[in-house]
Amino acid sequence: MIRLEHVCRNFTVGDQIVPALDDISLEIGKGEYVSVMGPSGSGKSTLLNLVGLLDRPSSGAYTFDGIDVTHLTDAAQALFRREKIGFVFQFFHLVPRLTAIENIALPMLLAGMPREERKERSGKLLHDLGLEARANHKPDQLSGGQRQRVAIARAAVMKPALLLADEPTGNLDRASGMEVVSLLEKLNGEGMTLVLVTHDPEIGRRAARCIRMLDGRLD
Amino acid sequence: MFVFSLKSLASTKVRTLYMIVAMSIGVASVVILTALGEGARRYVVEQFSSLGTNLLIVFPGRTETKGNIPGLLMGETPRDLTIEDALALLRSRYVKRVAPITIGSGLVSFGHRNREVPVIGSTSDMMAVRHMTLMQGKFLPDVDPRNAVPVCVLGAKVKDELFGSSRAIGQWVRIADRRFRVVGILASQGQSLDLDTDEIAVIPVASAQMLFNIPSLFRILVEARSREELVPAQKEVLDILQARHEGERDATVITQDAVLATFDKILKTITLSVAGIAGISLAVSGILIMNVMLIAVSQRTREIGLLKAIGATGMTVRNLFFMEAASLSLLGATVGWVLGEAGVKIISGIYPALPASAPWWAIGAAIGTALGTGILFSVLPAERASRLDPVEALSRR
Ligand SMILES: Nc1ncnc2c1ncn2[C@@H]1O[C@H](COP(=O)(O)OP(=O)(O)OP(=O)(O)O)[C@@H](O)[C@H]1O
Ligand SMILES: [Mg+2]
Repeated sequence: MIRLEHVCRNFTVGDQIVPALDDISLEIGKGEYVSVMGPSGSGKSTLLNLVGLLDRPSSGAYTFDGIDVTHLTDAAQALFRREKIGFVFQFFHLVPRLTAIENIALPMLLAGMPREERKERSGKLLHDLGLEARANHKPDQLSGGQRQRVAIARAAVMKPALLLADEPTGNLDRASGMEVVSLLEKLNGEGMTLVLVTHDPEIGRRAARCIRMLDGRLD
Repeated sequence: MFVFSLKSLASTKVRTLYMIVAMSIGVASVVILTALGEGARRYVVEQFSSLGTNLLIVFPGRTETKGNIPGLLMGETPRDLTIEDALALLRSRYVKRVAPITIGSGLVSFGHRNREVPVIGSTSDMMAVRHMTLMQGKFLPDVDPRNAVPVCVLGAKVKDELFGSSRAIGQWVRIADRRFRVVGILASQGQSLDLDTDEIAVIPVASAQMLFNIPSLFRILVEARSREELVPAQKEVLDILQARHEGERDATVITQDAVLATFDKILKTITLSVAGIAGISLAVSGILIMNVMLIAVSQRTREIGLLKAIGATGMTVRNLFFMEAASLSLLGATVGWVLGEAGVKIISGIYPALPASAPWWAIGAAIGTALGTGILFSVLPAERASRLDPVEALSRR
């Protein structure tokens, strides 16, 4: 499903060029569960952003379902993200003034789905998460684990083919971290391809396939 | 999406309030100031039309627009206007009525009560020319103006002071040293632009000339047959007087319209410039909106990053900020309009004589400017928001 060929990503800091990704070639199949590990600064987030179309490679090619997505326009990439990719972040990034259920419905709002369907889908997800009682709570009234589960529901609500999670447990204690991971794994079990960046070897080991990164290269 | 932008407004109450207040003050001041200007203009116009329509005013002496003092330059004294002059004007087919006017001041007395009032000498046509109305009796009789008939018409207040509630018609009053029979009482009209018709006495022009011992006229009021005929009437009046005054153009004829137009123009200009000044405050609120929106963009950077990550296009983000600014301006403009109208109501409550009401063009312009500047100045912040790089926006703390 995902194919990276000789992908490089350089950042220019002052007059210095920092190669965050250095000649990465990688293939991820449909429905795979891949964990990405590596020391800080090794380029894990950069890779995930690239795969998630939040960033463009400096060189190399990226095809998604056989489509060359590197040269799509911004608007087309946004559409791609909306329909095919779900993001989960370390810092949750919920909209503070919206309730849990409204946060979950946000991607559907962007997609212009009818109100009825938005309600139905976000309600069902909340039910699956066991967070029904929290539906009308604002994020600051939720615990970290609850927030991350709401964020995962938001990422999954459009039924994307690809789920990207960048250290989703980084801000959580062990117990809620495990809850979050099992939720992601459940979604993977439903057929979503899952790419998970983590520092926790125990979590990393759970994936069927483990990618190690070092200094912008695959180890 | 609209609900989303409204929610973000509701969550930043102080900022939102700030912008609405600024915008509404701008709109309200345009509405109030133009209402005042328009009110003043309409007041003047109404006052003028109460003097009579299609009116020409003839007075002796020649006024050059170049600023010469009449008559002095040529070493001549202008000839006086006479009753014959006034009657001669009726020969013009553009002239419908004329009313010669003399004016003086006299003590009007009845029994032991008396009162000093302006005494106007004129003819029966004055009533129609000056749009006067009677409360009781008749106006001056329609006889040859050269006849000094001893009758008079009193203003409402003069009648009250001399007669109280008892009947005045048919009574004889003394004006200066002559006796006049009261034939009519003028209806109370209140203060007009020139004089208070409640406090005058009107007598035949020939009687007034005798009473004050002046052979000439103060003015001749001429009513043209129609508005279109004002200009030819003006010319013909001058021609007739010139022919009668041995070829000298020694009278001046002004049309009331000319005076009115001047006032109208001045007051319109004042209204416009006042509205313009208030409009500047609207532009300032537009700039304020821009700044506040720019702050909003930087405060909500992470949110914008998130929206983009979950599939919002730059266009969506731009529209979002646009919508926020637009609903803010709309709300501010509406509040301002309501406030302005309320202010106008209060002003007309205090000064009922002033027909103060904001003209539609001013309301339209104010609301248009408010929306226009609000939206115009939100383009930049919205543009900036839409250009944010999602990765960078998300990582910003
Ligand atoms: N916007 C940027 N500008 C300049 N350099 C950057 C930028 N983003 C990342 N880098 C650099 O690229 C390299 C890889 O960064 P990246 O964030 O991908 O690392 P990471 O593996 O996610 O680290 P961590 O585990 O700490 O999150 C680092 O050296 C970092 O300094
Ligand atoms: Mg990282």
